[in-house]
Amino acid sequence: MTVIAVVLVFGFFTYNAQVNMENRGIDFGYGFLSQESSFDVQFSLIEYDGSHSYFRAYLVGLLNTILVSVIGIIIATILGVIVGIARLSPNYLINKFAAFYVEFFRNIPLLLQIFFWYFAALRALPLPQDAEAMFGIAFLTIKGLYVPAFIWQNFNIFFYSIVAAIIAIIVIRYQAKKLQETQGKQTPVLLISIGLIFILPLISFLIGGVRLSFEVPVLKQLATTSFIYEGGVSLPPELIALALSLSLYTATFIAECVRAGIQGIGKGQKEAAASIGLTPNQVLKLVVMPQALRIIIPPTTNQYLNLTKNSSLAAAIAYPDLVLVFAGTALMQTGKAIEIVSITMFTYLSLSIAISLFMNWYNNKIAIQEK
Amino acid sequence: MPKINFLKPDKSNLNTFLYLGSFLFFIGVLDVFLNSFFSLNLTGFLPGFLSYFLPLILGFVGLYFIRIELSGIKQLDQLNKHINTNNFNAILSLLIIFIIIKSIPPILSWFFVDASFAGDSKDVCTGTGACWTYIKVWMRRFMYGMYPNGEQWRINLSFIALALLGSVGYFATDKFKKYLTLYYVVIYPFIAFLFIFFFISGGPVFFDFSYGIIAAILSIIIGFFIPSKFKFYYFLIVPFTLYVLLKYFIFYEELIELGKLDGLNWVETGAWGGLSLTFIISFFCLIFCFPIGMAFALGRRSGFPLIRYISIGFIEFWRGVPLITVLFMSAVMFPMFLPADFFIDKLVRCIIAISLFEAAYVAEVIRGGLQALPRGQYEAAKSLGMGYWRMHIFVILPQALKLVIPGIANTFLALVKDTPLIFVVGLLEIVGMLNLAKTNPEWLGFAMEGYVFAAIIFWIICYAMSKYSYNLEQKYKTDR
Repeated sequence: MTVIAVVLVFGFFTYNAQVNMENRGIDFGYGFLSQESSFDVQFSLIEYDGSHSYFRAYLVGLLNTILVSVIGIIIATILGVIVGIARLSPNYLINKFAAFYVEFFRNIPLLLQIFFWYFAALRALPLPQDAEAMFGIAFLTIKGLYVPAFIWQNFNIFFYSIVAAIIAIIVIRYQAKKLQETQGKQTPVLLISIGLIFILPLISFLIGGVRLSFEVPVLKQLATTSFIYEGGVSLPPELIALALSLSLYTATFIAECVRAGIQGIGKGQKEAAASIGLTPNQVLKLVVMPQALRIIIPPTTNQYLNLTKNSSLAAAIAYPDLVLVFAGTALMQTGKAIEIVSITMFTYLSLSIAISLFMNWYNNKIAIQEK
Repeated sequence: MPKINFLKPDKSNLNTFLYLGSFLFFIGVLDVFLNSFFSLNLTGFLPGFLSYFLPLILGFVGLYFIRIELSGIKQLDQLNKHINTNNFNAILSLLIIFIIIKSIPPILSWFFVDASFAGDSKDVCTGTGACWTYIKVWMRRFMYGMYPNGEQWRINLSFIALALLGSVGYFATDKFKKYLTLYYVVIYPFIAFLFIFFFISGGPVFFDFSYGIIAAILSIIIGFFIPSKFKFYYFLIVPFTLYVLLKYFIFYEELIELGKLDGLNWVETGAWGGLSLTFIISFFCLIFCFPIGMAFALGRRSGFPLIRYISIGFIEFWRGVPLITVLFMSAVMFPMFLPADFFIDKLVRCIIAISLFEAAYVAEVIRGGLQALPRGQYEAAKSLGMGYWRMHIFVILPQALKLVIPGIANTFLALVKDTPLIFVVGLLEIVGMLNLAKTNPEWLGFAMEGYVFAAIIFWIICYAMSKYSYNLEQKYKTDR
């Protein structure tokens, strides 16, 4: 019965779609992806202009989506963990301050926050010619944030030095653990690690021929009243507004996950750890956090997924993400609604599944190994 | 007088430390206070850097001096315990106190002191503060969208009536309490729909849907007198026959023309908007997404593989895509799948899309509750001879739903916060109206006021909802 019903429903929809497309003179197919797109995108990570294909436009949108999601996830995690721990602080003021932040930001629709930052807050910034330099190198203006660009010489040597430092740290940690398990000796792993990660790249600067110089943005006059900064890296205000509101909003949810996780650890665990002579830092690092992470990670994964999906709100403030570039402009031009919407949805579905697979793997890794 | 070690405050010199510490702390706070409220700089004679950090240093030293354990003074002990446990906490507390003192004057002046309330044109907004006149002038648009001014009483009337009908549950006597679920799940949504259709939209009184309702009600009433042997056949045949009879024979065309209410003009859904649209959409999505979500939650735990896989596919699909693409789909892709002459209203498509989207989240929340119930509950219900539906309706779902009240409340909150997204299909609720008003050439430059206004409204709605869900959770909490 159910099978027949499902088949009938799908058959009905397919038939209608065919009739409709015939009426409108559209043919079904993904061939348009290789056609010339002939529209321009404001901000792209890869080289792109109107002469490139629709597929290239799709990639531009996808990369912009990933960029803002990654920035948002990083900031939201840092902020969320700090606020989550602050909510458990015995300090009354800090506690209330964190609670105020969480209650305030999570009860206001994200779209409203994006609009607020983009149309109200960032519009109050100075024009390029009036902007004051932050630390003498970066400029925050109404047209975006301009920061110096790094110009590397022999970048690969620097890169190898960092890789070497990381490998060395892993080896040392492994050895230290072994040493502690066999002989009970403790090594200051943290100090050695910090030293290594600074000293090895420093050596590469001194003897490896690595040179780093900054290209500071310079004000340039286009017309009598029109100024712009040249050189350096420019972040458009859309990106700033979006990343800011996404991370401020998601951080509140992550803070609640962190708080729930740490509160979920019984008091007995902390007392037991303290009674065998661990210092408060060790209690947090060796006893509380490993257990709390198991509670924290699954809901936090959900928040990462939400952030990635919420980044599609970019379309509202014209940040050229996947929805705006592909499901907006490209759809208007080609009229291929079914193909484009399905590709867009499939892309988000794959992104979600990728993030959840990765986090599942991580979750399994830290889960209790039951015998 | 004993020698005082200033690096190590202790109880023996309690008074000295207490007075010195409080004095320094007070000076630090006073400096920031004067600076922020009266723009006075007490420490202006010092070099800039030092002058900037002096209050912090003074306050820190002051707090260090009064950090004396078991001083015997109750207030001091409380203070130390709450904001002054160690150096790090002391600095953080000071910073927060200073931030609060610093931020009060600008916020107050923007909101009240320098703000303009009077008048009804842009000319009164000359101060540096907020221009609440803008909100006042545009209030009707923010509340009702493009709905004609003269007809707005219809929205008010419907909302008041629905709110009254919705509060019936509070006044119901015990005798009627058992019918409340039926009322809220079936009857109330119907009444709400009729109100929206007749009053807000101004639809014709006689239309297919009302024949359907009349037929259903009539056949249910008659159904009470039919012997249970024939009930199945009765309900199979009679309602449909009644519907056909009503439509084609009893209420024929002339009667329909006569019966039309003259007073109400048709207002198309494109003109609806503002906060009232937010409420309408939230209300219907809330009502629809719950049963759909429950069905899919049960479907995901069903024994039939096909139903299970369909449910899993449905849930994972909707949960994997952003709402904005779902709305895109409902706007541009969905009409392609329907017969060419078949048209569904924009608002209805929107409500369907959001309901399906949120239903997937509700389904996952409810599944969590179903999984949390111990196996014994299922087995006990089965051993009493209950079937699948009886077991779920009387034993499993009441317990499972009780468990997931916070989760469902969160989903509903997310739903309310997602309603502004309908700008994608061209419907303008309050945030959309704000964006429209912002571009009006006569009222340029008041984006901030508009967004703050909407933020306050949404904040109140969402905060009230979350507090209500917390109360509900406490009310239905049973010890297990």
